[in-house]
Amino acid sequence: MFVITCPYCGERDLSEFAYGGEAHIARPEWREDMSDAEWAEFLFMRTNPKGILAERWMHAAGCRRFFNMLRNTATDDILAVYRIGETPPKVEARLPATPSGEAPIGSGNDAVKIIQPGEGA
Amino acid sequence: MGKQPYRAPKGGLVQRNRVIRFTFDGRSYPGHPGDTLASALLAHGHHMVARSFKYHRPRGILAAGSEDPAGLVTIGADAKRRDPNTRVAEQELYDGLVASSQNCWPSLLTDFGAINDAFARFMPAGFYYKTFKGPPGTWTGLFEPIIRAAAGMGRAPEPGDPDRYEAINRHCDVLVVGGGPAGLMAALAAGRSGARVILVEETARLGGSALARDPDRLAFDGTQPAQWVADIEKELATMPEVTVLPRTCAFGYYANNFVGLWEKVSDHLPEDKRLGHLPRQRLWRVRAREVVLATGALERPLVFHENDRPGVMLAGAVRTFLHRYGVMAGRRPAIFTNNDSGWVAAFDLARAGAEIAAIIDVRREMSPQHLAEAARLGIPIHASSTVVATAGYRRIRQVEVRPLHEDGTVGQGGSKIACDVLAVSGGWAPNVALFSQSRGKLAWDGELAAFRPGLSWQRERSAGAANGTFALADALAEGARAGVEAAAAAGFASGDVTVPEVEGAEPGQGRIKVMAELPSHLPAHRRRAWIDLQDDVTAKDLRLAVQEGYSAVEHAKRYTTTGMGTDQGKVVNLNAFAFLAAERGEDPVKVGTTTFRQPYKPVTFAALAGQHMGPHFLPRRTTPMHAWHRRHGAVFEPVGEWLRPRAYPREEEDFFAAVQREARTARSACGVLDASTLGKIDVKGPNAREFLNRVYTNAWMKLAPGMCRYGLMLGEDGMVMDDGVTACLADDHFHMTTTTGGAARVLAKLEDYLQTEWPELKVYLTSVTEQWAVASICGPKSPELVGEILDDFDPDPEKFPFMAWREATMAGIPVRVFRISFTGETSYEINIPATYGRWMWRTILEKGQKHGIAPYGTEAMHLLRAEKGFIIVGQDTDGTVTPHDLRMSWIVKKSGDFIGKRSLFRSDTARTDRRQLVGILTEDPELVLEEGSHIVARRNEPAPPVPMLGHVTSSYYSPNVGRSIALALVESGGTRIGDRLFATRGGLPTVPVRVTETDFLSLKENRQLPQAPREALNG
Ligand SMILES: [Zn+2]
Repeated sequence: MFVITCPYCGERDLSEFAYGGEAHIARPEWREDMSDAEWAEFLFMRTNPKGILAERWMHAAGCRRFFNMLRNTATDDILAVYRIGETPPKVEARLPATPSGEAPIGSGNDAVKIIQPGEGA
Repeated sequence: MGKQPYRAPKGGLVQRNRVIRFTFDGRSYPGHPGDTLASALLAHGHHMVARSFKYHRPRGILAAGSEDPAGLVTIGADAKRRDPNTRVAEQELYDGLVASSQNCWPSLLTDFGAINDAFARFMPAGFYYKTFKGPPGTWTGLFEPIIRAAAGMGRAPEPGDPDRYEAINRHCDVLVVGGGPAGLMAALAAGRSGARVILVEETARLGGSALARDPDRLAFDGTQPAQWVADIEKELATMPEVTVLPRTCAFGYYANNFVGLWEKVSDHLPEDKRLGHLPRQRLWRVRAREVVLATGALERPLVFHENDRPGVMLAGAVRTFLHRYGVMAGRRPAIFTNNDSGWVAAFDLARAGAEIAAIIDVRREMSPQHLAEAARLGIPIHASSTVVATAGYRRIRQVEVRPLHEDGTVGQGGSKIACDVLAVSGGWAPNVALFSQSRGKLAWDGELAAFRPGLSWQRERSAGAANGTFALADALAEGARAGVEAAAAAGFASGDVTVPEVEGAEPGQGRIKVMAELPSHLPAHRRRAWIDLQDDVTAKDLRLAVQEGYSAVEHAKRYTTTGMGTDQGKVVNLNAFAFLAAERGEDPVKVGTTTFRQPYKPVTFAALAGQHMGPHFLPRRTTPMHAWHRRHGAVFEPVGEWLRPRAYPREEEDFFAAVQREARTARSACGVLDASTLGKIDVKGPNAREFLNRVYTNAWMKLAPGMCRYGLMLGEDGMVMDDGVTACLADDHFHMTTTTGGAARVLAKLEDYLQTEWPELKVYLTSVTEQWAVASICGPKSPELVGEILDDFDPDPEKFPFMAWREATMAGIPVRVFRISFTGETSYEINIPATYGRWMWRTILEKGQKHGIAPYGTEAMHLLRAEKGFIIVGQDTDGTVTPHDLRMSWIVKKSGDFIGKRSLFRSDTARTDRRQLVGILTEDPELVLEEGSHIVARRNEPAPPVPMLGHVTSSYYSPNVGRSIALALVESGGTRIGDRLFATRGGLPTVPVRVTETDFLSLKENRQLPQAPREALNG
């Protein structure tokens, strides 16, 4: 159960919010000659990174407004929230060294639950 | 049994002047308030309380708290209230408590399951996995039935728990977990700063390790421990922002300092003394700004041959039983230790009057101070020695001790020593479970030979023994500091706390000598050195796991089940990890730990469910007319979140007959449906019309005020998502309706597009579902009735045409009347402000009586619309159906964009051989197909897989068509009208069917219903 800071209402419990999928995927203007591939890119393709993801949330049991969030999917760390139409802010996060790796701390994965020799304490 | 032979002559925090009685396995015993079941049993010299899981070996009480692995019993005589797998060390004693042993038959002392023990060598580590992988049938045919019958610990309570449970949400600034010395200082420091503090203590009393010390030899600023604790408790009680929760376990540490607490509010009271206004247990969902973990340390046992007998106890537990509960675990105890803490236990017991049989220490060098004290007390010392065997069944009675050489081998000779309890100490390990749950990283501490908190991930800090700080004075200081810092981090100026001066501090465990398995003269295959007492995992099992390649800690756990079960290996895990490290010849850091998962200890389902029971499990929405429906015998069905009348069976009428009658009445006279549950969205704004144009597949630019239109809404994938009628109230104002179950989804989706895709559109959406109560009146008599109930209203269908709506009044109350129909009959849908709903409904039924009106439920509604071939989204569609698949291409506009439009041109959605909605009529008109039946091309299909053409989505017996009807999605259905296909019927032979158009009423009217061929009628 995360705490999410709604940009309109402030800190609220996760249970008040609804997830809205990846952000910044604009719906293409209708064109007669739009290819299946082009449409599929909008309809089906998502980045699904292990790392920083811009995603949409709606404060469903609150102001009912959509907003964007930068979340580190490797740790569930919420790095920023910002309004629809705004550009994502620059953030820093502790990210996995490789796409399949684990963040150095904060991962729910077993791989990082103990400080290894040489690792700063 | 009036005496308590093992009750110490003095001491303990029990009320000795009061005697209460409890029963264990039907036998009555006395005890005192303040006892736990464990201390009360031990006071009678009763050590054996349970049987182990796998081999049914006798099990005693190892520890004095929730970490005890195997001392499990069932509490309660009432089958609906009983609590299985309760730790005797945790259960507080009350007058009339009933406890019984479990996992044994016919009795604890004579248990036939113990035969498993004799066959232990046939059930090696990985036994289950090996049988899974064995010859086919060995698992399901041979082992599974036996194991299922034998497995399981206690018996679950029977349904119908009469007790109440509740959940509570709470925010706080500082949550302190653990009411021992460090936790008390932290709570005091944070409390004095004015912060909102919650202090949780798992046991009945604050004090923790301070209560496990000889009160005559420990003082805080000159005060005895219990008094010192009481003083702090008193001060905390004066602080309005501080909540102290005894008998409460912080069982789960989740994201963003969300911590689950489980408070046992009434479990310590006799059932007749439990207060009616209090729940039995309470779940606290706490969100803390800062958390202080003062969860203490857990003592490890030692791993040696036959270390599982009742009477083998942790040295620290022996001290707790002595000082906190006034019970001598034994009169002639032997001590077996690898560190200094075993020694102080021996000294305490000796001073309390026990005759110490021996101190056996695996170390060569020991504290001179302790050696001197032992000599003074006349305690025999076996330095550099180990226990190689034990004897005793219900209780240990002898240990065999042999010298331990420097090279790790065991010497000859040695001695057999009689004893009545063996206090063991393998050193202390910080209790890092919650810290690890918080995703903090553990650090290996070579000196402690244990993990302690390393890097924090959340806003939390550990203090005292939980942080590896064992010396009492240091733990107090660390607790105070943690409290001050936590309060400061939560925004509170520090309170001032002076750390008390400790007299009688103990040096701690000193140097510890860890040996994963103590050496023995016995060959490895004859040694049975228990690592996990609950799950019966021995060192041999773990060694086998490593040999067979399951050497990773998580693999070894699953292969051997070590650290599983209700205790999750609280005291045994470190020994298991150390053993794996030794077997693998690797550093413990490399071996690591298994994952510390929530919950820390088993939490009852009842506490987690709280008030969400029965009607509160999933609260249903009901319409303003609900009370009427109930009074008139309605049968209800859940639709989305709503409860709707499904039918109104009359006396001596079954459900089917009721539906048939309701459907007949609706077409022959007059029917009325409670349609209040339909989703209603008020759409308003200068761009409302354009908005509708984009969200529905059809055009909305020309819909005039006063008129309505049916619309289909698609997902962006082109699939039908919802449908409904929208009325134009004014040029910039519309009343949209959705399906009952789809209302919330539709509103969220529309908001999504308005806010994120088309912010330039000026439109407001407001849910008005609950503002209106709706009665849908249909049938040939409906115009007459509507004319009677509305004021000065002309219902003439010629002047008030289909798909129009009007404002009107009913006894002066403003209403909206819509000429829309889901049945194909002449219909009027009256919307009235919800508070008048019941009155309107009653009025309609009263005035409709002379017209032969009948209320009809959702089942008749489904049937009536199917007669007309109208779809139900979610029944005739399933998220893979486009408007073209429904053969509703007429509703898809050619020009302009709408949600889902581009998807209708994808290569897959544009296929002509997609499944399309058609009517299906069985050749036998009395046969009603099962919904979901497959449609196939031939009567006798070849062997599976049978090519399936489609499936039946709706199927009824229609009283108005006079035969069975069905709708189906069939491959290229639109081109198959008139074809003869076959429908499956479970295991029965297929039946022939005709493909038809979907409007069965028109087919009947136009005499186009197919005639049944002779063979069907005869067959
Ligand atoms: Zn909000």
